Amino acid sequence: MHLALFFIFGALCVAGALNLLLQRHPINSALSLIVVMSSLAVLYLLLGAEFLAAAQVIVYSGAIMVLFTFVIMLLNAGKEERTHGSKMAYVAGFPGAAILLGLLTFIFVSRRGSFGQARLGEYVVTTADLSRVLFKDLLLPFEVTSVLILIAILGAVALARKEH
Amino acid sequence: METSFLTFFLISLVKVIVVVVILLLSVAYTVLLERKLVGRIQNRWGPSRVGPFGLLQPLVDGAKLFLKEDLMPEAVHRPLYILAPVIALSCALLSIAMVPFGADVRWHGVDLFQISDVGIGLLIILGITSVGVYGIALSGWSSNNKYSLLGALRASAQVISYELALGLALIGVVLRAGSLSLRDIVNVQATHGLISWNFFGGFQFVAFFIYLMAAYAETNRSPFDLPEAESELTAGYHTEYSSMKFAMFFMAEYANMITVGCVATLLFFGGWTSPFGNLIPAVGGPIVQALLPVFWFVVKVFGFLFLYIWVRGTLPRFRYDQLMGFGWKFLVPVAIANIVVTSLWMGLRVPMQ
Amino acid sequence: MVPISYYLVLAAILFSIGVAAFLIKRNIIAVFMSIELMLNAVNLTFIAFAHEWHQVSGQIFVFFVMVVAAAEAAVGLAIIIAVFRARSTLNVDQIDLMKL
Repeated sequence: MHLALFFIFGALCVAGALNLLLQRHPINSALSLIVVMSSLAVLYLLLGAEFLAAAQVIVYSGAIMVLFTFVIMLLNAGKEERTHGSKMAYVAGFPGAAILLGLLTFIFVSRRGSFGQARLGEYVVTTADLSRVLFKDLLLPFEVTSVLILIAILGAVALARKEH
Repeated sequence: METSFLTFFLISLVKVIVVVVILLLSVAYTVLLERKLVGRIQNRWGPSRVGPFGLLQPLVDGAKLFLKEDLMPEAVHRPLYILAPVIALSCALLSIAMVPFGADVRWHGVDLFQISDVGIGLLIILGITSVGVYGIALSGWSSNNKYSLLGALRASAQVISYELALGLALIGVVLRAGSLSLRDIVNVQATHGLISWNFFGGFQFVAFFIYLMAAYAETNRSPFDLPEAESELTAGYHTEYSSMKFAMFFMAEYANMITVGCVATLLFFGGWTSPFGNLIPAVGGPIVQALLPVFWFVVKVFGFLFLYIWVRGTLPRFRYDQLMGFGWKFLVPVAIANIVVTSLWMGLRVPMQ
Repeated sequence: MVPISYYLVLAAILFSIGVAAFLIKRNIIAVFMSIELMLNAVNLTFIAFAHEWHQVSGQIFVFFVMVVAAAEAAVGLAIIIAVFRARSTLNVDQIDLMKL
């Protein structure tokens, strides 16, 4: 059951990511990224991170990607044209990414004996567990991130406003 | 009480089918209710020709929409144009799965009045509603029509802005219950009837009004129905849609209304619990005992739908800058103040162990 | 039952696709989206390791990554809008000058 779910949603993730790479139109890329993020939420759920699964859907698919589609619609971004500079990227991009993938996969597969198994429901972090750590041990970083968000809001408003 | 997988699956399947059928029927009849009520508010009869009191009107409307020609404009972005109403409707129907309709009655170990009881039910409902905006955004973009695009832009900005106030308004309730499970939230309010509801006893009425206003904006209902403002944008994001695709947007809007009513009932008005609490002794056999909570739940949700329609019939539409200013400069600060006050009150009342 | 290494390999695949997309995409919004994809791949690794060692801290880390990603998206998209106003193009090859 766990394995089947992993393969279904893992395949969805990879397919979405590849579609992001291959689609020319930014809105199609954005939609495939939403598919990736939602399937990742299911994988988080399988790994026992229920609050983060919900947060993934709410924050990533529901807020960040809505912003992306909003900006794509607002700027009416069309199909991207391939310009001269992108030839370099083809030469360096695909081989570089392939080498990275090969290296990481090699390490993970060759060391797989030292990693355990993930069982469904074996280790579930409830929202209460998470918030206990967040609000007791890590209160200062939590507050600092809230300041970060405040600064980000101010910065976004300052950057995007029209000058009169 | 161990149940086999097959019984669990079959009971769940029946549950899902029953809930979806009831939801779609109530969507159809909410439309009729709205037309009737708005008619009365505007001093006319509303639909009255088909069946007694126009009661068969939804069926006729459905048949009409099915039989209409499905126009597909030339310049639309085809896959997204077809996908958008499907996203809108499925997101609207999905979130009902988390809603408990009645007390925890078990048959063969399966909860009868809730499709799935998850520990983070409230968060899942929030997540599903936040994904639902893609239906509107994509429909407007793929229609290749400036009115549709403007409607979609308005809708996405509005939904993102008001989601903030909506989420913050719910935190007071979650603080009181100490849980995100909708059953736990209702059980906290279950003891003394009316006075232990979050709205009265929990002093969450500020949160409730923020929730209500944010929910109107989230479901694109009047007075925040700018994405489909007829006088400015023809029909907004669904200008180019016809036949069943249009009907799907329509059903999604009303299904969202019902979901919002259910969530408001659960969070602020004690869900399925009776308003009299333990004052009235328990009557009837086990079947009455199981169905009475469902009756209370339906009555409360109906009250919300009535309120929705009443507001639509009476209030004028906001202007766009007023809408944004109201959301960011009024609702969000008040919601934050509500969280601070509620947590102070909780902290003073329940001293740390 | 799924070995943790499967999750790690999946994260590696997603990260590499993100890197490739970052290098190949010419639309600045698409470039930005590939950064988000890479962040998500890293998040998956964190949660897989949180499960492996039964530690909450991995999930806390993901929480902070999400917060920072949200802030980054807001600021980044505001910058994109500002750039589009100045240059009226979204192609990264045409907005590589530091001055207007």
